[in-house]
Amino acid sequence: MSTEDLYLGKKSYSVLGQRPVRHDGADKVTGKAVYTSDLQLPNMAQGRIIRSPHAHAKIKSIYTAAALKLPGVLAVVTGEDWPNLEEKFAIMGEAGAVNLHHLANNCLAKGKVVYKGHAVAAVAATTLAIAEEAARLIKVEYEILPSVTWVLDAMKPDAPILLPSLRTDSMGKKGTEPTNIATHIQFEQGNIAEGFKQADVIVEREFRTASVHQGYIEPHVSVALWNEDNRLKIWTSTQGSFNCRQQVSELLQVPVSQVVVVPCEIGGGFGGKITVYLEPVAALLSRRCGRPVKLSMQRNEVFEGTGPTPGSYAKVKIGVKKDGTITAGEAWLAYDCGAFPGGVIGPGAMCVFSCYEFPNAKVDGYDVLDNKPHTQAYRAPGATQAAFACEQVIDELAAKLKMDPIEFRLKNAAKEGTRRVDGPVYPRVGFIETLKAAQNSDHWKSKLTGKNRGRGIASGFWFNIGGASSCSASVNDDGSVTLVEGSTDIGGTRTSVAMQLAETLGITAQDVRPQVGDTDSVGYTFLTGGSRVTFATGLAAYKLGLDLQEQMKQRAAALWDVESAAVKVENGKYSSNGKSLTFKELAGKIPGAKLDPVVGRASVSPEGSTNGFGTHICDVEVDPETGKVTILRYTAIQDAGKAVHPSYVEGQMQGGSVQGIGWALNEEYFFDDQSRMKNASFLDYRMPTSLDVPMIETIIVEVPNPSHPFGVRGVGETPIVPPPATVANAIHAATGLRFTELPMSPPKVWKALSTK
Amino acid sequence: MKDFTYAAPATLQEATRLLTAANGSARILAGGTDIIVQLREGLRDAGQVIDVKKIPELMELSFSPQHGLRLGAAVPCYCIYENAEIAKAYPALVDSARIIGGWQIQSRASIGGNLCNSSPAADSIPSLIAHHAFAEVVGPAGKRKVAVESFCTAPGRNVLQQGELLVALVFPPTMPHSGSAYERFIPRNEMDIAVVGVGTRVQLNQACDKIEFARIGLAAVAPTPKFAQEASEWLAGKPLAEETYAQAGELAKKVATPISDMRGPAEYRTHLVGVLVKRTLEKAVERAKGK
Repeated sequence: MSTEDLYLGKKSYSVLGQRPVRHDGADKVTGKAVYTSDLQLPNMAQGRIIRSPHAHAKIKSIYTAAALKLPGVLAVVTGEDWPNLEEKFAIMGEAGAVNLHHLANNCLAKGKVVYKGHAVAAVAATTLAIAEEAARLIKVEYEILPSVTWVLDAMKPDAPILLPSLRTDSMGKKGTEPTNIATHIQFEQGNIAEGFKQADVIVEREFRTASVHQGYIEPHVSVALWNEDNRLKIWTSTQGSFNCRQQVSELLQVPVSQVVVVPCEIGGGFGGKITVYLEPVAALLSRRCGRPVKLSMQRNEVFEGTGPTPGSYAKVKIGVKKDGTITAGEAWLAYDCGAFPGGVIGPGAMCVFSCYEFPNAKVDGYDVLDNKPHTQAYRAPGATQAAFACEQVIDELAAKLKMDPIEFRLKNAAKEGTRRVDGPVYPRVGFIETLKAAQNSDHWKSKLTGKNRGRGIASGFWFNIGGASSCSASVNDDGSVTLVEGSTDIGGTRTSVAMQLAETLGITAQDVRPQVGDTDSVGYTFLTGGSRVTFATGLAAYKLGLDLQEQMKQRAAALWDVESAAVKVENGKYSSNGKSLTFKELAGKIPGAKLDPVVGRASVSPEGSTNGFGTHICDVEVDPETGKVTILRYTAIQDAGKAVHPSYVEGQMQGGSVQGIGWALNEEYFFDDQSRMKNASFLDYRMPTSLDVPMIETIIVEVPNPSHPFGVRGVGETPIVPPPATVANAIHAATGLRFTELPMSPPKVWKALSTK
Repeated sequence: MKDFTYAAPATLQEATRLLTAANGSARILAGGTDIIVQLREGLRDAGQVIDVKKIPELMELSFSPQHGLRLGAAVPCYCIYENAEIAKAYPALVDSARIIGGWQIQSRASIGGNLCNSSPAADSIPSLIAHHAFAEVVGPAGKRKVAVESFCTAPGRNVLQQGELLVALVFPPTMPHSGSAYERFIPRNEMDIAVVGVGTRVQLNQACDKIEFARIGLAAVAPTPKFAQEASEWLAGKPLAEETYAQAGELAKKVATPISDMRGPAEYRTHLVGVLVKRTLEKAVERAKGK
């Protein structure tokens, strides 16, 4: 946790808080933005992936001869083409140590397939039609094995084992028996036995959630060119060009200096475009055929071969005194991680009690393998499932105590000095402020009338991380500034970063031209995720601004023949001895005066989290005849620290809310009895459309983050945390029934109501 | 997608000849909103694709109160609801035409195509059944008529024999004091496939206090869309009351033999038949009364 207080306490801003037109807006609304799929290179080959139709099977043989004979086929690769990666690990940022053998196996299976849709081979051909034909000619012989898709089933001693060598790592101790339980973690503070003894009311409930997908609109697509000089260039849709470079270099065992990753525009990621799928496979194909190779997924491949976020089981028990004070909490969480170890149980276990003061608490978390695609981050990974459980128990306790649910939360709300169950102590945070804003909102104060209707409220927390960020900039003759940053832009961050540079320099957002550099043209920058970019890359932009400003001072000093220290800068105006020039005027004089051009750079690596809290309110109507839930009104309230570009903050709050509503009501991976996903399309994997949600109302609360000069907190992820619990609490208010299983789809709601 | 040849015959005769010569490997293209997707996804194969939009009989749309409606098999959905007279006369058909995809789809997709695609969940077929339409089929042996409820034989299959194609759907003239409605249940509010679909049509007596005649069509509750005959016939002579509609719903459930899948469990689908029969009857009666 960063203890350094960087907050400047500025009372007013000239750029922050404004809503300038986004720099990438014109390209995007006119269809001119270049996505990886738009890329056409000379002699480019097209590839297809061959995927497993079985959820769990040994690969007995892969017959490729017929495909290779087909005219136009250039190359076929399989899992046998990986370098020897056994027992190799790589340290990859927040993902920690990644087992390269598993990562490679996920991209192209070796020996065994562990989920339906698992890639087993890839082919490159002169055209896509030939590649598809060749894919049909590749015959794979399987020996089908028993499979499992529900986390609790996968934990049973007699469950089918996915990785025979796996032993449970329980708080650093290795187990001795084959298992699907990869990890057991435990957090504890105080003494829960004592805590529950002090409690007057205890509520304990079990909760289940289905696997859901990030659902980004742009399917995965990558182009790789392995050149004769052994340089590998990759164009791709990624949330982290440097993380992609590292994964590819580790998987192919080539130095990072041989690999350059060009991040193209990205059509959504939400955490699902951090790990590599196609990039190293396209590289293998390119090396084999000597041409650039494009690999793209169809939607069913995205559902079956990437993402999702875990299916989960949670048991949560909370005790309170009659006056509403929480005395103890206990949580037992099992999240599946899909077919390879390393899911999101860690953050889930850290977040389950993160909104409140728990003097005594214990959390057990399990990372469990089953025959689904390897889980990936999805917007506040692990926190939504945890909040679905905890926030319903909180709601029930408030009702049992006959306390207003906001008052109950206020009484126990986490604040500066609160210690989370996993250890960290909060600096200044804004949870109480979101609750008070909820209390004062038009929505909460309005009356809800009518049959079968109910109102719910729930809160949520997400860390919002720091991490390494770099950027550089040059000042142009016309006073504009060209900014190159390393954060791929999935949420408007080019503009939110540019605005912080503009604020620092005293120029306008339009005076800054931001672009995302490739891995050869900007310093190392950690991935776009963890709600970190506007905070961390923004911090780099602030430091870059100071660097540019210092250099501009020196140029002014040279121009006026004074000491640099004699030049004062205020709101972008440089002055000394009665002379003064604006940033623009000064920039214009540099070439004529034959002064050195101004080029700046900055890099940062802040630690810890910026701690984002949100509270949501929802009104629903339940159709008792069909079980269909209609969202009548929805309000999201969030502490943004300082909203750099309020429209984007609101957009994040609305987008996260809608994704959370989809998760609450209809989204789920639906498996048949052979563990095969049956709904791998947007038709049957039901994400909400614009007709399924009302306009999401937003209230931004600003409680400055002490570890940022402008008080900025990350905002992208927190909004997906409260929705399923909020909707469940609203349905409870409407029906008197508590729904503890996601999704709360019409058949389930109808069934519960008809047997009430 | 595999290579195929393309032909766009201008006459029924030429189309029949091509279909016969293709020996079962030809697929018909009207709006293409099903077949193009199916070919791309490998769900159907085609050696030849025959575009029927240049055949005048398949693009014919004619209506008169005396003779009823003749709807060419390739006429896109929007033509139906943009024609005020037709829209007024066949409201269930319009309900269906308005929810098959979005308006881009409705600008291409045809009701005839929806019938020939023969999905158990087709949104137009319950309305065709309710409206008592028949299908006019032309083939090497000449013309024949098929009742819409007998057209589909299994999911994706129908009565069309080799060399045959659907020319038009023919609807009887509408009567005074009649009304119809189609509703489907979907978990979302748009862009979804029916968990259950129900089309009903009622003919009221002069006093508008009794049902004289009714027809109920169901979708997504059996391998093919179904005519709920017993429920339909039972309604004759019954008063306009909630119990009447609820009882019809119970009787309609008898022909429902749904499966459990990702769109809903069988028990739930059967239950929804009752709910939607009741709701569509209420709406059809309101429309029959001129409301």
